[in-house]
Amino acid sequence: MKHTFEQLRLDSVSRSFTNAEGQQLAALKGLDLNIQRGEFIALLGPSGCGKSTALNCIAGLQPLTGGGIWLDDKRIDVLPPEKRGFGMVFQNYALFPHMSVLDNVGFGLKMRGVSKAEATKRAKAALQLVQLIGHDAKLPGQLSGGQQQRVAIARAIVIEPPLVLMDEPLSNLDTKLRIEMRAEIRRIHGKLERATIYVTHDQDEALSMADRIVVMKEGVVQQVASPKEVYSRPKNLHVARFMGFRNVVQATLEGTQGDCVAVNANGVRLLGTPMEGFDSKRVAVALRPEDMERVAPGTENAFDAHVEVVEYGGRDSLIIIDTAFGKLWARIAGECSEGERITLRVAPSKTLVYGEEK
Amino acid sequence: MIALPAQRDPKGWLVAPALIFILALFIYPFAYGLMLSFNPMNGGGMWANYVTFFTDSSMWPTIIVTLKLAVPATIINVGVSVPVAFALRRTSPWQKFATTLLVVPVTLGTVLIADGMLTYFSPNGWFPQALQALHLYGDEVRLTHNYWGVLISLIVSGFPFAFLLTLSYVTGIDPTLARAAATLGANPWQQFRQIYLPLLLPGLTMTACLSFVQAFSVFPSAVLLGAPAGPTRVISIAASEAAFENYDYALASTIAIVMGFVQLLVVGGMLGARRFFYTGPVTGGKG
Repeated sequence: MKHTFEQLRLDSVSRSFTNAEGQQLAALKGLDLNIQRGEFIALLGPSGCGKSTALNCIAGLQPLTGGGIWLDDKRIDVLPPEKRGFGMVFQNYALFPHMSVLDNVGFGLKMRGVSKAEATKRAKAALQLVQLIGHDAKLPGQLSGGQQQRVAIARAIVIEPPLVLMDEPLSNLDTKLRIEMRAEIRRIHGKLERATIYVTHDQDEALSMADRIVVMKEGVVQQVASPKEVYSRPKNLHVARFMGFRNVVQATLEGTQGDCVAVNANGVRLLGTPMEGFDSKRVAVALRPEDMERVAPGTENAFDAHVEVVEYGGRDSLIIIDTAFGKLWARIAGECSEGERITLRVAPSKTLVYGEEK
Repeated sequence: MIALPAQRDPKGWLVAPALIFILALFIYPFAYGLMLSFNPMNGGGMWANYVTFFTDSSMWPTIIVTLKLAVPATIINVGVSVPVAFALRRTSPWQKFATTLLVVPVTLGTVLIADGMLTYFSPNGWFPQALQALHLYGDEVRLTHNYWGVLISLIVSGFPFAFLLTLSYVTGIDPTLARAAATLGANPWQQFRQIYLPLLLPGLTMTACLSFVQAFSVFPSAVLLGAPAGPTRVISIAASEAAFENYDYALASTIAIVMGFVQLLVVGGMLGARRFFYTGPVTGGKG
């Protein structure tokens, strides 16, 4: 069934609670987001950033303390979860342990008063979609983690919800299965023209699955953008750190040079791309370990480094280097030994310059 | 190859104290009582005591009288503990308050409860006085020295026990299951009916078994709060009379064996019925 809704609109959705000392704590501060039909959105952030709270608020499992949720022009945040009709996949799957696989998947249809024969037919079709056939009569406890995961997805999509909510659904699976299931979830999403909101703390998952990523920190949205944009142009230092810019160097702004800015990091001159948050000469430069390349000594915009620790990784090595502006991480291809002196360079487009951290 | 002599793990001896304890305190007295019941004081063959029990109209009806008290008490205790435990399933100050309040009767003991109830429920006690003062009930309120007195005391002493057990079963059920059911369209009643109840049934059967056994062996409150000569002449009173008034230990043992047998029958029936329910983990998957 194709859904006719056009968009789900979160209008400054907020959620705060009172702790034991009577203080108001905000778990989610004014989340604004428009989700179009067919979109795959990832809510990304470290634990405690409010991403699961956001999901529970949308599902109706936690009440909002401010703002509203609209499905086209229908306000839904006032409805109890059973009236919203969104499919949800829980982190621990929350399969009903006393019901067979078929009854688990058919539960939502049973609650909607669908006839037994019709429910069985549709539950079987959903199980086929998640490629889990021949386990209908088993109890969830008799299935492997990956199979339980598929049952949970089938159960959430069989009710044909306009929106499927997934709360870290892959975090309990092993690495190999996790990568398989990523593609699987994308495939299922593509087959059903509806929106998916996917909560994760794993940036690889978000980058590989989502159409748009919402990066969150402490209940506040940091950036909403395509995976490519979030990966290469993190809006601020928090997002940059989360997206793998492990090295943040303090520097002073020297001037502009075309589209680039020149900075001085403790005597070393580097060229970088200006980002956001400038309000003084003090800046922070973010560098990914992966973006460092070995160059001949004396190359422009390069810096000298002393290799302190080498962590051999096969294709490349993760090394800790000491430079004029502090200790950094670098991931470089080829041989490298501890104590060696090397020269490294990061392309100006990958050297991101932000305003100094407050 | 050299066959090694089978090595006995000396740690196996650690089971000995428990085994001796069970033998000395349960198996031997039970076997002794069983043998005693087949040796009637007044002669007449090994089954004579059992024949006496089931033909004497002052004895066999005690089974019915006891069942009439124990079965309703069990049903009320378990039946009421389910909604109360369900309402208090989330950790809250209320849950702490209720559990603390309900532990009190468990610690008091039946005699003290009976004594308190005699003052509170007797025709001149607070409860009947209050009812009459509020014009809620005009006639004389008789809640002591009859069936109702014993039933109330069985509830007062048995409910906390049933509630605390049920609460532990309810809180053991993963709350995300009900949340999952809610997202699938189940209203709160359906969440209870479809998710909580089926997962609770095995535990509730166990609670009912323990509550029943406790209620069936009622003695002090049947004497103090009931009418031990008539409507609340329970089976333990018959046994006590045989042992301590007629000094017929053999007959008293017989009554005790019959009592145990009835309990076994009911408990066996309930546990047998449990096989038809789901028994297994009450969480929703890995994690």
